[in-house]
Amino acid sequence: MGQKLLMKGNEAIAEAAIRAGCLHYFGYPITPQTEISHYMAKKLPKVGGVFLQAESEVAAINMVYGSGSTGTRVMTSSSSPGISLKQEGLSYIAGSQIPAVVVNIVRSGPGLGGIQPAQSDYFQSCKGGGHGDYRQIVLAPSSVQELYELTVEAFNLADRYRMVAMIMGDGNLGQMMEVVEFRNEEPIEHYDKQWATVGHENSREQNVVTSIHLNPAVLEKMNLDLQEKYRVIKEKECRYEIYNQDADIFIVAYGIVARIAKSVIEMAKDKGINVGLLRPITLWPFPDQAFDQVIDKAKAFLTVEMSSGQMLEDVKLALNGRKPVYFHGRMGGMVPARDDIMKEIRNIYNLHVKND
Amino acid sequence: MVHEVILAGFGGQGILSAGRLLAEAGMLDGNHVSWLPSYGPEMRGGTANCNVVVSKTPVDSPVLNSCNELVIMNKPSLDKFETMVEKGGIVIIDSSIVDRDVKRDDINSFLIPATNIASEMGNMAFANIILLGKLIKERQTVSVENFEKALYAVLSERKHHLIPQEMEALKIGMDYK
Amino acid sequence: MAIVFQKPKALKDTPMHYCPGCTHGIAHRLVAEALDELDIEGKTIGIASVGCSYNSYDYFGCDMIQAPHGRAPAVATGVKRSKPDNVVFTYQGDGDLAAIGTAEIVHAAARGEKITVIFINNTIYGMTSGQMAPTTLLNQYSTTTPYGRIADQHGFPINVCEMLATLEGPAYIERVSLHDVKHIKKAKQAVKKAFKVQIANKGFSLVELLSTCPTNWGLSPVESLKRVEDDMIPHYPLGVFKGKDLEV
Repeated sequence: MGQKLLMKGNEAIAEAAIRAGCLHYFGYPITPQTEISHYMAKKLPKVGGVFLQAESEVAAINMVYGSGSTGTRVMTSSSSPGISLKQEGLSYIAGSQIPAVVVNIVRSGPGLGGIQPAQSDYFQSCKGGGHGDYRQIVLAPSSVQELYELTVEAFNLADRYRMVAMIMGDGNLGQMMEVVEFRNEEPIEHYDKQWATVGHENSREQNVVTSIHLNPAVLEKMNLDLQEKYRVIKEKECRYEIYNQDADIFIVAYGIVARIAKSVIEMAKDKGINVGLLRPITLWPFPDQAFDQVIDKAKAFLTVEMSSGQMLEDVKLALNGRKPVYFHGRMGGMVPARDDIMKEIRNIYNLHVKND
Repeated sequence: MVHEVILAGFGGQGILSAGRLLAEAGMLDGNHVSWLPSYGPEMRGGTANCNVVVSKTPVDSPVLNSCNELVIMNKPSLDKFETMVEKGGIVIIDSSIVDRDVKRDDINSFLIPATNIASEMGNMAFANIILLGKLIKERQTVSVENFEKALYAVLSERKHHLIPQEMEALKIGMDYK
Repeated sequence: MAIVFQKPKALKDTPMHYCPGCTHGIAHRLVAEALDELDIEGKTIGIASVGCSYNSYDYFGCDMIQAPHGRAPAVATGVKRSKPDNVVFTYQGDGDLAAIGTAEIVHAAARGEKITVIFINNTIYGMTSGQMAPTTLLNQYSTTTPYGRIADQHGFPINVCEMLATLEGPAYIERVSLHDVKHIKKAKQAVKKAFKVQIANKGFSLVELLSTCPTNWGLSPVESLKRVEDDMIPHYPLGVFKGKDLEV
């Protein structure tokens, strides 16, 4: 490893993108992710890249669509209300199979909501916020170091599968500072983008980037191809962390909430309660198989989110009734407190572990 | 031990940069650190606070619902955060601005008229550094040596000429009885 | 025997799906002729929009991208900023460009993006079956103005060239018409000039082509051409609105 720097999460994302070879950034200002734009505006011109502040979120994602169509590594970033506006472009990018990295530093909603952290865009990100049968890879870092590493990874995944890879953070992750240790060289994967629209130079057939197929049979085939791609991703790209594999109770949490969960695990240990953490790193594909690894010993699961219980649905699907699932959530920019989670753990312990 | 620090006051008192300095110095000491600011409208005149964790082991939660070290630069912040200090914890209060001590007897408090002292030194912006001096003296949150290095790392170069005075302010805080 | 007239190379062999009397075919041809004559098809990337010409990539031979409704100038911006040495054009109708895509066209023009916009104005939404467009003339009938466009209710038509010409960004803006041979010849020169402006790196260029929609107007092809001349040109005067003295 190389240089160590104390960095804001948002800055780490921007630096990671540049290191991953992303020289094109299109965005529109929105709190709490503006540092990404500031960083890109400052750094990209110095490395021969392009920073452009678009007239709207809608325009920004379509600039990404155009830039990505030429085979560049391209990124945009925003926060919840802005990501809602980008859904049109995201659907087109999915349909046209263009690689792009999109960052969502989630804030609380609905509507204009607030600017404090939330995880209430899980459904929008993982279940398809725009129209049509499509998915995007959603990565959920839980530290500034991971924001850096997963952003680099997102560019590889986007290129590998020709689709959107989204970094889903939250206001706290974006704003906080931690030490980032940079690699001397990034593991950049190179793909031959023969599909890119860069001008045929009279030496090959015309390339067309499109998502419209008015013949239903053709469009169904295109959808089946997409689904097959998603199946492969689900098989190969699930990422997760299991902490304290032999625990009786598992907290299921991602992002900043997983960090809070880790301190609860320490508190519980002091009280003689064996608690573990199951942390999905890919929210889509959701790591169902992670649950199989702990289900024999685990007595119950507690999902903790900064939402009304959105990932909770995937946890229940993964467990499929095999073990009880509890939920603790905060909304509106409130962050789950260690003591409150500990209280839930105690109740679950009394119900499912104590007299067993 | 894990230093869980909350710093709080008005926007413009240097609360966020004081936390930033602790995190930077903690990193230079070889510790794991995190710095989490309150963000948004607070930055422009309201209240400001930040959470800093300095730890020998990787930081679990950068979000603090309780702390063992509290630095207070206005009264609303003392009202809000006093109850969040763990038993045996420490509170450093700028008594030029806050007109009361803590109400609890299971925590230690230190009252320093930091803003007045800083004014006498000719620069009100040193008040946060004076308070940090006391914190560092009492709790060894970070080393003095690396605090100075942190000043060079965090402050923009056009402010580097102020650093000897900042270190003097730190020492005044450390020595304050 | 000498060939004196043939299909431009930049057009493919695909038979066009446009209605009888629609001028899209002529507009396509003019663009293709410009690509041929400037020998730029190989480095051109076209942006198709949403409307009757959504699949213009079936007709143009250059690389193409199909853009969401109204967003073609933003997509073109992304392409041009990534590949500044390529030639980039959008092909958009009046609903696409002047209604849902107003923000995108205004800001691409204001930024002086080095792209070429081919703007088809036939005063109506064609593909979705004849609704009122931002360019629909007062008193004109459409499926959503069945009693005619009334200013009090529907507002006034937008003159895109005049509006964009108020900006600093555009280098060249001209309005031409496709209603007869003389005007088509003039239109050809305008389209070609618009591409030359881009190649010379002078800035944003846009050509508005007054066009027909016999099907949705409920007129014969011949009546439609007459309507362009009699009704549209008086409201949408022909001429150069920006870059009159620009030599390329």
